[in-house]
Amino acid sequence: MQQSYDLFRMEGISKRYGGVRALEQASLTLKAGKIHALLGENGAGKSTLIKIMSGVVSPDQGTMLMDGQPVTFPSPAAANDAGVVCVFQELSLIPELSVADNIMVSRPPTRFGMIDRRAQRRIAEEALVRTGASDIHPLALVKDLPLSRRQMVEIAKALARKPRILILDEATSALTKGDVRKVFEVLKRLRSEGLALLYISHRMNEIAELADDCTVFRNGSNVASYPAGTKSDEDVIEMMIGREYHSAYPPKPEPVPDKKPVLDVQNLSWGDRLHDISFSLKAGEIVGLGGLDGQGQRDLLLALFGVLRDVKGTVLVDGEPVRIESPTQARDHGIGMALIPEDRKTEGLMLPMTVRENLSFAALDQLAKSGVIDGKKEQTLIDRMMKLLSIKAGNLDVPVGTLSGGNQQKVVIAKWLMRSPRIVLLNDPTRGIDVGTKQEIYQLLRRLADEGAAILFYSTDYAELIGCCDKVLVLYDGAVKRQLVGPEITEHALLASALNLPEAERVQELAS
Amino acid sequence: MSETGTVRMTERMPSFVRRLDRAVVIAFACIVLLLILGSLYSSSFLSPEYLLQQLKVASFLGVIATGMMLVILLGQIDLSVPWAVSTGAMMACAAAAYGDVGAAFAIPFGILCGVAIGVVNGLGVAYLRIPSMIMTLATNAVAQGAMVVYTGGFSPQDSATGAMRFLATGSMIPGIPNVVIIWALVGAGMVFVLTRTSFGRCVYGIGNRERAAYLSGINTRRIVLIAFAVAGGLSALGGILLAGYASKAAQSMGDAYLLPAIAAVVLGGTSIIGGRGSYLGTIAGVILITLLQSILSVMQMPEAGRQIIYGLVIIVMLLLYGRTATER
Amino acid sequence: MKDWRYWLSAQQGTLTAVAIFAVMFVIYTANHPAGFTANVVQTAANKGVLLAFVAMAQTLVVITAGIDLSVGMILLLTNCLASWIVIGTPLETAMGVIAVLLVGALCGAINGAIVIYGRLQPIVTTIATGAVYFGIALLLRPFPGGSVNEDLADALTGRLFGVIPSSLVTLAGVVLVVWIPYSRSVYGRAAYAAGSSETAAYMSGMPIRRGKFLSYTLGGLIAAVGGLFLTFFTYTGDAALASGNAYTLFSIAAVVLGGVSLFGGKGSAIGAIFGALAFRTIGDLLFVFDFDPIWQPLFQGLILLVAVSMGAIALVRVRNRLEWFL
Repeated sequence: MQQSYDLFRMEGISKRYGGVRALEQASLTLKAGKIHALLGENGAGKSTLIKIMSGVVSPDQGTMLMDGQPVTFPSPAAANDAGVVCVFQELSLIPELSVADNIMVSRPPTRFGMIDRRAQRRIAEEALVRTGASDIHPLALVKDLPLSRRQMVEIAKALARKPRILILDEATSALTKGDVRKVFEVLKRLRSEGLALLYISHRMNEIAELADDCTVFRNGSNVASYPAGTKSDEDVIEMMIGREYHSAYPPKPEPVPDKKPVLDVQNLSWGDRLHDISFSLKAGEIVGLGGLDGQGQRDLLLALFGVLRDVKGTVLVDGEPVRIESPTQARDHGIGMALIPEDRKTEGLMLPMTVRENLSFAALDQLAKSGVIDGKKEQTLIDRMMKLLSIKAGNLDVPVGTLSGGNQQKVVIAKWLMRSPRIVLLNDPTRGIDVGTKQEIYQLLRRLADEGAAILFYSTDYAELIGCCDKVLVLYDGAVKRQLVGPEITEHALLASALNLPEAERVQELAS
Repeated sequence: MSETGTVRMTERMPSFVRRLDRAVVIAFACIVLLLILGSLYSSSFLSPEYLLQQLKVASFLGVIATGMMLVILLGQIDLSVPWAVSTGAMMACAAAAYGDVGAAFAIPFGILCGVAIGVVNGLGVAYLRIPSMIMTLATNAVAQGAMVVYTGGFSPQDSATGAMRFLATGSMIPGIPNVVIIWALVGAGMVFVLTRTSFGRCVYGIGNRERAAYLSGINTRRIVLIAFAVAGGLSALGGILLAGYASKAAQSMGDAYLLPAIAAVVLGGTSIIGGRGSYLGTIAGVILITLLQSILSVMQMPEAGRQIIYGLVIIVMLLLYGRTATER
Repeated sequence: MKDWRYWLSAQQGTLTAVAIFAVMFVIYTANHPAGFTANVVQTAANKGVLLAFVAMAQTLVVITAGIDLSVGMILLLTNCLASWIVIGTPLETAMGVIAVLLVGALCGAINGAIVIYGRLQPIVTTIATGAVYFGIALLLRPFPGGSVNEDLADALTGRLFGVIPSSLVTLAGVVLVVWIPYSRSVYGRAAYAAGSSETAAYMSGMPIRRGKFLSYTLGGLIAAVGGLFLTFFTYTGDAALASGNAYTLFSIAAVVLGGVSLFGGKGSAIGAIFGALAFRTIGDLLFVFDFDPIWQPLFQGLILLVAVSMGAIALVRVRNRLEWFL
């Protein structure tokens, strides 16, 4: 049995981005032959920490020690040379190159200055076999592979570099169950070979299975490090959010029976990503979409908003069938839909443009008379929005990119509220937002519902789904696995349906 | 002064002064520098006659650069300017050959031809998602081919109409050439569109992040189409004015305007990747390029030297304020 | 068994260009009064090779998601320079050739340096450097003139073994000596990666900057080969602005016809070469079918328009409209 020693240590690491403190005197210790889990909310500093560890960014302060010797990584290549390899979420694969090219992207075998393709292919195939992904052809182009295969290639690529420290950042989020099992076998084998593994995940069950040690990060520093299994899930969550677990959600009203639905979806299908989805949305209702990441939730919202083509099935708004073929049509008076998209920086906002310009962007047709913008009308509406959402921006004419993440998201929501939409679709709206702003958004959603809007939102956070929603649709593999209403919405039921466990319903019956 | 005092003072200044960015300031500074340098060479450089003459020459480029700016703001490029200019000129003169009715409609017809080229560009870029560089290149080639066939390979024989000549060489208000007025009108129109209309906001939005504009429910494709159509029309208008100035159209008359138009827009601080730029900068860029070309020709600098200096000036100025940001 | 299928799909653009050219050329020689003779092939080759070199140079830059609008001017510059120094004894001629090639490479390197280290956009950079290179060409040859080592010129524009055009052999030689080793090297792959996804390439630790720099430099070098050939064909140096611009713009057309993506990351110089040859053959086809030559520019434009539209049809049929926006 190998003696475990401190293979890698980070001490006093600080990093600022503009005015935002991403890391503040953070520390972490990794032992050889152990899997170390890193937990924390979005924005707690985990991503920045691993970016520093893998050489993507450099710290403002602090030291890193490997085998007791101080090290610095000015570039990802330097970190790789030292044996620190990070498996990103698909960010580091080059779409137009083949799987073999991607796996052997740094230090490929060469002959006479040219890349030795045969040797490269052999090594790539070995790496794929070792990762348990031998079904992937080494000559396939990465851009032609589905997300789960790409993630396996990413892992194979990391392994091909013979790392001493392997970092996995939500590496299993897009994988199928079978893949996850294979990857876990690989990780356990690597552990027995003496590697130190740093594993970042939100999935408590995975951490329970894999981890030897755990560390919780909050607000850019290490809050606690402890051996796995010595803290309850409740304690861990409290450490992650820094206060009582039962955060305040606004109270839910009694459901009104027999109200006609604003949105009625029947047998909606799209390619091989969405199968036969049916549900209805009433005014005043908040319906959630649950399930593991990548089961079609985002595609469903895009389909409803008119972004996807060749969508089959029927969609009825106020009882009338509609064919929504574009966001322009979706937001129009007759339908009145709004979509708060997944990535606020690339889909929700134009970062260099001012707060004012972003706020009025989705409502320009209502603010302009024969094309000319009515400045006064714009200002009145904007003032109302700023107050409604308590957006903190010193001056309306600064670039929206200078605002904090939470305030940026509020601008995205406010932008759509300027149109007083009837149906509000939200794509993981509180991801990467601080807890305080999250609360404000929950209050806002309930108030909108009370005023008559119908809300459908996708969230990866179970607590949110339980706390906010009147009804939750759990999706698995593009179909509605289960519909949970009212008191049926429990974490157990959500998890069970998300993992497609057949006992879900039976357990639910027993529990009620 | 207290903070609120400063804020109030800046609020009273017209909004375009508040938004002045570095590039525009540098561009105007360079204009002043050029004038000073020129005046060292010859004192007539600062004479009102000379300056007005420069403004007049600049107006032709100015009209064309206005259309180019609109397209560049979207994050696209319009390489069909050379033959949109020539086609507008040639078609306007051709219409003039059809008697009085033809002559009356010569100018609108010429502009319409330019708009047609722009519409084809817009359809390809917005609806077929063809990169604008290659799409406008193709339409340029087609327009050239069409004009070659029309003229039979010879120089165009038709003359410009009286109206065209009046616009290009006359002056309704004594002392101010008509072309300058036309440029001023076109410019004012563009400033209004860009700053006060929803179309203008959408143009900036699309140039910044077309994805976000689309998801906000903007009909981005229609806006791109309209922008290219306007650019085509403005290029044709430039050609018509040039034909009016020379009393006839000429083969390849538009070739000399493509690169200066792009340079003028970019030197004025408009980002070539789109989403950023003010018309004031384009005005500065156009005047800067015109002055530069004029000073070099007055100095009897041979064409070779002119080209070299032209290229070096662009590089140096862009290195001053055109650089993309680094990460890390 | 599946291997060749992957190779086929990866080479799709190139193979399409080859097929199109082959069809056009067969139609041409079939209808040519002299038929498929060595003379006909040689004339066609000599006309097409110049654009092929420029297209190859353009490809090197385009795969990095850049564009080189100065490539036609590098052609002119090296042409004018060659008309001065590629003369005299075999030794002097050889030195002259090397000097011309180095100057072309230098031009490319300057472009690359400004784009990569100066962080300026390629389109405006190369417009400006193009003006500078043209100015220098004009300094060298204010009027067309000069001469060249005629033995060398005739040898390289003549026929090998009386049958194969030497210009094609040189073209093939450049492909073998420059393109193939570069595209398969670590730097070549870094250049492709930078065009495909610069962030991913950086995160993977690839030598992006050196790869891109080498792309620009080799592009200039190959444009210089084209300049030499222009001198060999015309025996003079001529700083003709219209001609240089035409070469630049046609090189972009050739590159697109050859299946190289203007967005970067995809395509091969071999495809671009066939794209260039196909583009040049349009004029020949018109001649052979007795079309008035004044129709040539129009046909070239229309075919270009159709070709790029066809390529775009695939993108239009996407299922998720968000994919339209990068």
